[in-house]
Amino acid sequence: MDITRRLLLQSSAALAFAGSAFSFAVAADGKPGGSVVMVSTQSPRHLNPAVQSGAATAVPGAQIFASPLLYDADWKPHPYLAESWEVADDALSVTLHLVRDAKFHDGKPITSEDVKFSIETIKANHPFTTMYEPVSAIETPDEHTAVIRLAHPHPALLLCLSGALCPIIPKHVFGDGQDIKTHPANANPVGSGPYKLEEFTPGQKITLVRNPDFFLKDRPLLDRIIVTISNDPNAILLAVENGEADCYPFATASQDIKRLEKVDRLHVTDKGFEGIGAINWLAFNTGKAPLDDKAVRQAIGYAIDRNFITNALMRGVARAQRSPIIESSPFFNPKMPFYDHDLDKANKMLDEAGHKAGADGIRFKLTVDYIPGAPEQQEGVAQYLKSQLKKAGIDVEVRASPDFPTWAKRVSNFDFDMTMDAVYNWGDPVIGVHRTYLSSNIRKGVIWSNTQQYSNPKVDELLTQAAVENDPDKRKALYDEFQMIVGDDLPIYWINALPYHSAYDKEIAEFPESIWGTMQSMADTYWNKA
Amino acid sequence: MGSIAYIARRLVYGVILLIGVLVLNFFLIHAAPGDPAETIAGAMGGATAEMMADIRAAYGLDKPLLTQLAIYLGRVAHGDFGMSYYFDQPVISLIAARVGPTVLLVLAAQLIAITLGVAMGVLAARKPQGLMSGFVAVVSTIGYAAPVFWTGILLIILFASIIPIFPVSGMTGARFSGGSAAYVVEVLYHLALPAFTLAIIFLAQYSRLSRASMIDVLGADYVRTARAKGLGEGKVVFKHALRNAVLPIITVAGIQFGNLISGALLVESVFNWPGMGRLAFDSVLRRDYPMLLGILFFAALMVVVANLLTDLSYRIADPRIRTGGR
Repeated sequence: MDITRRLLLQSSAALAFAGSAFSFAVAADGKPGGSVVMVSTQSPRHLNPAVQSGAATAVPGAQIFASPLLYDADWKPHPYLAESWEVADDALSVTLHLVRDAKFHDGKPITSEDVKFSIETIKANHPFTTMYEPVSAIETPDEHTAVIRLAHPHPALLLCLSGALCPIIPKHVFGDGQDIKTHPANANPVGSGPYKLEEFTPGQKITLVRNPDFFLKDRPLLDRIIVTISNDPNAILLAVENGEADCYPFATASQDIKRLEKVDRLHVTDKGFEGIGAINWLAFNTGKAPLDDKAVRQAIGYAIDRNFITNALMRGVARAQRSPIIESSPFFNPKMPFYDHDLDKANKMLDEAGHKAGADGIRFKLTVDYIPGAPEQQEGVAQYLKSQLKKAGIDVEVRASPDFPTWAKRVSNFDFDMTMDAVYNWGDPVIGVHRTYLSSNIRKGVIWSNTQQYSNPKVDELLTQAAVENDPDKRKALYDEFQMIVGDDLPIYWINALPYHSAYDKEIAEFPESIWGTMQSMADTYWNKA
Repeated sequence: MGSIAYIARRLVYGVILLIGVLVLNFFLIHAAPGDPAETIAGAMGGATAEMMADIRAAYGLDKPLLTQLAIYLGRVAHGDFGMSYYFDQPVISLIAARVGPTVLLVLAAQLIAITLGVAMGVLAARKPQGLMSGFVAVVSTIGYAAPVFWTGILLIILFASIIPIFPVSGMTGARFSGGSAAYVVEVLYHLALPAFTLAIIFLAQYSRLSRASMIDVLGADYVRTARAKGLGEGKVVFKHALRNAVLPIITVAGIQFGNLISGALLVESVFNWPGMGRLAFDSVLRRDYPMLLGILFFAALMVVVANLLTDLSYRIADPRIRTGGR
């Protein structure tokens, strides 16, 4: 063994030790055994997060597949399948040192080739194209070392290597030449994580069982995690209330959350959703008069009472959100304007913008669309906007879509004035924020691109710089400036963070409350009761 | 006409009907606005224009509609109902896992509705002006008028929240793992509420029908003759009267089968019953054409088979049909 290799191993051992504190913190009193029944309203298409985003796939996916790193509740990376890692001084490469004896669920070893294959697969197929876009090559000097080469610095990379964003999938299964998006193994995967798939009945149930050969010693602790899927929120609530189910990780409706809070057996928290960073907002079509005028958008901002929406419509369970970056993110700029509710100011601004009210008190007409199927967050707010904006002389027609495809078609083809939408940050602004504001991402027919048709060269410049700025403070400053500009341009009026809450039995210990919540390993979770 | 020729003719009609159902549904579904590629892209968390084009190509959505229909019919002729757009799994295997629960629910509801309904009707018919008759009429009317999802929710509130003795969701408990005997008990336990909910609407129809029919028959000459012979009341009612009064029930049971399946769709949603109904509902929202076409085909198939069986049982119950009235 040469000297560099030995040094490297020593440093990785040290790092592994430091990191193990995270994963082994409860080793002393974590009781093995038992099963946790989780309820979900979302039906995953399949279980392979490498080619599918969304919580429905991410929650089971993060149990079936291990990622190189874990992120904690303070946005700090920790070792996982990579027991250590180094970022090169020039920030143009990241070297991962893998756990030595890690095996896939079929007993085959997890090697650097699999890491290379996984990242390349995600890069080519995952909808979040910015995650690995700067990756120019992945070298595998030995079975346990993977060197990710970058075309330019990519500060978001470590986060992209965590949670369900980077499942390590077996090359010997998924690399057989079949199209990965429709690969039969997506529904019946051979995984690398703490739990193995026992049963997947689409739309109904996912049963995961303990992986006895998991690479972390004495983990996982639970025998089983059973996910039952129901599209009826009442059935879900009853099941959690009467103990048929033990946890409900993505409760969103305020009355459901209030109801769950009344159940003594349950602990209810909004922790664990910082990473997903889901923002409920009102988007303006800036390519269309009169919304192409910044003053009109700002006036609408003043006419809306954000606090009324969060406190009255959402019963105080949702947090107000005034920025494109989720307020629980370290990149959030607290100096962002709030647009305090001020109808007089709104009316004055609209007058000044040349939109005098007619004899009927109406200045102009607008439509507002919303995503069907989320009554409180979407339709309810749209209905509120209709009555509220009338006070500013704006006649709003609420336009219903019978289903998601209809809404998506309208919005992605710019056939709208205003629309309610819910868009997720996904941890780093590069993944979930840039797409909405970069003028290069105005792409007709593509939902969740820059469908507002917003274009500001300064914003483009700031985001392009922030994507490659490796100094955290400088990067934060760039995002601060970006936020102030879009806060003034207001292509979107951000309303609230989606009030995601987890309800779980108080006897469950170490329920995942990192930034990724249940979308990261639940290997440490256990039952306190015998 | 011989029974075999009759059955053969009915089978041919059935096949023609099923092809018609396939073609009609194909056009109806494609006439609805919305693009399945948008759903897939939405479920993926967004997609680039290239990915959208890939999705359309992968599922053949870029071809002309008539070409898509020809390809689809050709595949169905070989027993291939295609792949679900949403789940990327063969439609046939997704349906196969759900036909059982739906058939179980529908048959259990039918059984409850007929047994209870006829019993109520017979009771009411014996004293048409009596208290029991009035009670049956009221229960029937309410049962018939109330929508199943409402009845279902009321039953859930009653038996799951106020007197929690029945499970509210699914076909087995999430943690259930037991032998086959325990499994049967578990399923029956979970079946009780949904089957009863679905039965309630039809209960009304059967009880009213059998009441009317029994009143008719009980006034007939041969019943009077039977009574005059000195036969016991039980024998008169159940052997002589009921056998004749039950014929219209069989007819209605066959006709109602289609309604029963559409009712099951709602009941399955309310009780999270893992049948075809829930999948159909989700597939509509997802624009999952192959899945929806497959489900509609199998629902139609079930109705065609049920109607055929009704005809046959009618011929058995009433020999006059078999012999052409001679």
